[in-house]
Amino acid sequence: MQRGRRMKGAGQKPRNFGQTIKRILSYMGKYRIQLVFVVVCIIVSAGAGVAGNYFLKPIINDYIVPYVGRENPDLSGFISLLITLAAIYLAGVLSTFIYSRLMVNISTGVLKNVRTDLFNRLQDLPVKYHDKHTHGELMSRFTNDTDAMREMISQSIPNLISSLITIVGVFVMMLILSPLLTLMIVVMLIIMMFAVRFIGSRSGKLFVRQQEQLGVVNGYIEEMTEGQKVVKVFCHEERSKERFDEINGELFKAASGAHTFANILMPIMGNLGYLNYALTAAVGGVLAINGLGGLDLGTLGSFLTYSRNFTMPITQISQQMNNILMALAGAERVFDLIDQQPEIDEGYVCLVNARRGAGGEIEESRKRTGLWAWKHPHSDGTVTYTELKGDIRFEDVTFGYEENKTVLQNISLYAKPGQKIALVGSTGAGKTTITNLVNRFYDVPDGKIRYDGININKIKKPDLRRSIAMVLQDTHLFTGTVMENIRYGKLDASDEECVAAARLANADSFIRHLPDGYNTLLTADGANLSQGQRQLLNIARAAVADPPVLVLDEATSSIDTRTEAMIEKGMDKLMQGRTVFVIAHRLSTVRNSDAIMVMEHGQIIERGNHDALIALKGKYYQLYTGMFELS
Amino acid sequence: MIKKLASCVGEYKKYAVGAPVSVTFEVILEILLPLLMARIIDVGIANSDMSYVLKIGGLMVVMVLFSMLFGALSGRFAAVAGAGFAKNLRRKLFYKLQDFSFANIDKFSTASMITRMTTDVNFVQMAFMMIIRLLVRAPIMLVSATFMTFTINSRLALIFLVAVPFLAIGLGLMASKAFPRFMSMLKKYDGLNAFIQENLIAIRVVKSFVRGDYEKQRFEASAADLQRAQKRAEKLLVLANPLMQFSMYACMIAVSWFGGRLIIGGHLEAGEFFSFIGYIGQILTSLMMISMSFVMITMSRASAARIVEVIDEIPDISDENADRGLKVADGSVVFDNVGFSYSKDKGNLTLSDISLKIDSGETVGIIGGTGVGKSSLVQLIPRLYDATVGRVLVAGHDVREYDTDELRNNVAMVLQKNVLFSGTIMENLKWGNENADDEQIVAACKAACAHDFIESFPDGYQTDLGQGGVNLSGGQKQRLCIARALLKNPKIIILDDSTSAVDTHTDSQIRSAFKESFGNTTAIIIAQRIASVMDADKIVVMNDGRIDAVGTHEQLLASNDIYREVYESQQKGAM
Repeated sequence: MQRGRRMKGAGQKPRNFGQTIKRILSYMGKYRIQLVFVVVCIIVSAGAGVAGNYFLKPIINDYIVPYVGRENPDLSGFISLLITLAAIYLAGVLSTFIYSRLMVNISTGVLKNVRTDLFNRLQDLPVKYHDKHTHGELMSRFTNDTDAMREMISQSIPNLISSLITIVGVFVMMLILSPLLTLMIVVMLIIMMFAVRFIGSRSGKLFVRQQEQLGVVNGYIEEMTEGQKVVKVFCHEERSKERFDEINGELFKAASGAHTFANILMPIMGNLGYLNYALTAAVGGVLAINGLGGLDLGTLGSFLTYSRNFTMPITQISQQMNNILMALAGAERVFDLIDQQPEIDEGYVCLVNARRGAGGEIEESRKRTGLWAWKHPHSDGTVTYTELKGDIRFEDVTFGYEENKTVLQNISLYAKPGQKIALVGSTGAGKTTITNLVNRFYDVPDGKIRYDGININKIKKPDLRRSIAMVLQDTHLFTGTVMENIRYGKLDASDEECVAAARLANADSFIRHLPDGYNTLLTADGANLSQGQRQLLNIARAAVADPPVLVLDEATSSIDTRTEAMIEKGMDKLMQGRTVFVIAHRLSTVRNSDAIMVMEHGQIIERGNHDALIALKGKYYQLYTGMFELS
Repeated sequence: MIKKLASCVGEYKKYAVGAPVSVTFEVILEILLPLLMARIIDVGIANSDMSYVLKIGGLMVVMVLFSMLFGALSGRFAAVAGAGFAKNLRRKLFYKLQDFSFANIDKFSTASMITRMTTDVNFVQMAFMMIIRLLVRAPIMLVSATFMTFTINSRLALIFLVAVPFLAIGLGLMASKAFPRFMSMLKKYDGLNAFIQENLIAIRVVKSFVRGDYEKQRFEASAADLQRAQKRAEKLLVLANPLMQFSMYACMIAVSWFGGRLIIGGHLEAGEFFSFIGYIGQILTSLMMISMSFVMITMSRASAARIVEVIDEIPDISDENADRGLKVADGSVVFDNVGFSYSKDKGNLTLSDISLKIDSGETVGIIGGTGVGKSSLVQLIPRLYDATVGRVLVAGHDVREYDTDELRNNVAMVLQKNVLFSGTIMENLKWGNENADDEQIVAACKAACAHDFIESFPDGYQTDLGQGGVNLSGGQKQRLCIARALLKNPKIIILDDSTSAVDTHTDSQIRSAFKESFGNTTAIIIAQRIASVMDADKIVVMNDGRIDAVGTHEQLLASNDIYREVYESQQKGAM
């Protein structure tokens, strides 16, 4: 996967120029007025450079040559000409400054908005999308692709405009100065264009090969580095060195080829420029001697300067075009992500604070009461309130992540408020899928799953999820303090509430032993805590959210049994009074469930409480006793 | 640091020398051009000497062609030297990594190691190419062009004595001010990316706690922060262009004014005047290039330092003093009063006072909570780490006496965090024994209870695993890893919690199949489940870096509190 991503990064041509450019322009729309200034300033800046050179002609012809050898020459005309020139140049310098400065504003601003849109869309995309794309792939939208866009907006485009203007300007000036010499320049120009295209296309192809090869080498390095300990255990060092030398050698070949073309572009173009210069000098000299083409000293001098200024922008254009193509391909990938269909939420039943009316009926309350209710507006305009209890029912649910590949078949189950339901079975039996459906990470057809009797597809997703807390096997914590991580469960929780939740989860004592207690900063996914401690924080986080339904998905499977015993106390307290779904492969943790569902190949093959299942002497019995069969 | 890196140029030295040499020729030819042009104007045109114009013109063309040749050569040389340098650098790092012991590997995180071998090497390669070309070209150009202007007219050339320091100081000030701002911007950028990554990994948590909007707000704030930092840094950097233009234009005006007056006074020829104008560009752009290269080189310094850090790391396990002829005779293991610390600090031991004797062919279980030192203990046997105190003996010899390959080929270990590599199942299995035939492979897979599930795949043993074995479940991966280790046909096999993701039934199947086919192999099994070790010849209970007790299941159940506690927690209320 890594390899694929890297290869995609370079050399891919954008599919739809127009559309992508339009999108970029729409991001720039906010800076419309500044952009107008930018374009004007670029024109002035490039124009000043072109115009300035022209002044050499009058300087030589009108103010120097006529006065050569004279005592007390009249320099007043010369001075005023130079002042005019200075003014033009000053305008050029100022324009350069202004447009560069404005482009900083624009490019950083556009980039921030693109990043924000990207991130926001990522947040809104369904879990399904995240499952299908690697983190590396999504991250490269934020890094490689946006970087390329920034380059393009802040440098390539201004550069391109400026170069184009310079070329046109220089060309016009040359025509004015000497059409004859210009003709020669045109021939040179064609040669140059040809050289640029030749070298450019070669180097482009070789660079793509280099990128591919680099991807292979990087992929190998990644894989071997990650598996380095295994390499050592199997004494595979020499073999991996051999293979590395092979692909590293290939990379060298590709890289030296690619860089050769990139490196010779500048000297060749530069020297073609000098060739231009030399030819102009020689031919111009001949013309001047013979008085042909109206060429005088000033004209020749001015022309010579132009002929040298001609190469730079041509090289620039070819380089910037490459950058722009690459950036557009990146931008296209970025917009493609932004255009992905976000998670749809057509729910209209929402969770509200409630209180009991005089007659015991439930009514909406504006204050936080601790009592929650589902507010269910009906098509006839009436609204009903149902108390939030945590009753969950599956009615004949069949589901597959992909079409034609069912993961769950005809699942029916119910969990009454306060019950503990265990899901048992081997990997891939569909246990986690069930929990993914409850909180609508994935959707099932209408009416199949009901929460407190309400079709969950009618419930607003945020409200549905708020009523279910999850503790997963992978303990994801965020960079921040311990307190902040616990508060993640309920953002407006006070410090006291968080500490109380930590106490409930049996996490309080270890937190107090951390160097800064609750203010200890957790880094890189909580790496400075043990697995067990991280899981305790996860439990505390769920506790502070205080939902009626709790899902524990293999919450203790990566923890040793002694630590588990410690966590279990916290979990037991957390589970009290809630509807709980427990997924575990350690059967001892599910014994006391109200109902145990044994799953196999997406079906519930046995159900009942522990005693009933043991008495059944079926799969559960086998699994359970298998643990002790050797004694 | 530079010396160490330079040694990596190796066989590409002639290219690395060729590049600056060709560049020097290229520059000298380039520098002479404006001078010759001046001759055309001042001698040829002034005297209406056609043949002189053509002669000099022809000379110029020839010189340009040579200059082009040298330029292209230098480009080629620099490309080969740069790519070769990078190749050698990567190889040196990779080889070094192969020679690292576990302790060395632990020191560098995987991610940082990868960055060093990829991004950092690229940076250094770019800097290297820049040094052997641009950084040679620009100063020579600067000096010789300035020199030329002085030979033409020393009074007029004084302009450059003002302009060059002005631009140099300006660019220098700008760069030195911008650099820290850039660094702080990059840090913010990394921070933002880390934030995104964290979010992607934990997307289910974010969604199940309905924290999308909260995360968006936090992102928006960091993104705005980054934007500010970016503005602050780039604001300074964009000064370079106008500053350059300003210097260039000021020179033009100054040369026009002073030069014009010199021509009028008869002290300067018109052609020389034009060549002066030509040199302005050469001098100032080379200055600009120098400053640019300095920025690039400074930026790559950090990369170079990171690379050298790896090169300088001394592999702390070496078998230089090993007895090459010594073979591992049997599967007995003795820990002789062993103490161990990851930091080699005798005052802060992870393991202490470990004395344990394991006979050849025995099955030994190790039980204990996380972090009590179980993995540390067994890693000393194949000498993945060296004991800090005491000795570890295999077949009666200190492990340090063996050639490490000999030792590790006889002590197979299935690591807790095990890894499969991209390729087919067969290719992965062959890591254990390259020459294993199908029969041996099937036998090992059957012993590890992997044969059946492998056969259930459409491609069987030829199934492609993808990077890191992503197409397998955790339990399947573990079983493959066990089979891979069994294929070594080792005298000792160590399973470090290697069946944690395998269900209890399969777990017991593996153990009985293993007993059957590999009965003579010493087996050391670390496990969480008592069931995995209860039938072992002896069980070692570890606590807090020490051996708490050794005995059989029955003995320990009767006498050891920790063991009993774990046992009871695992069958709470059962039966």
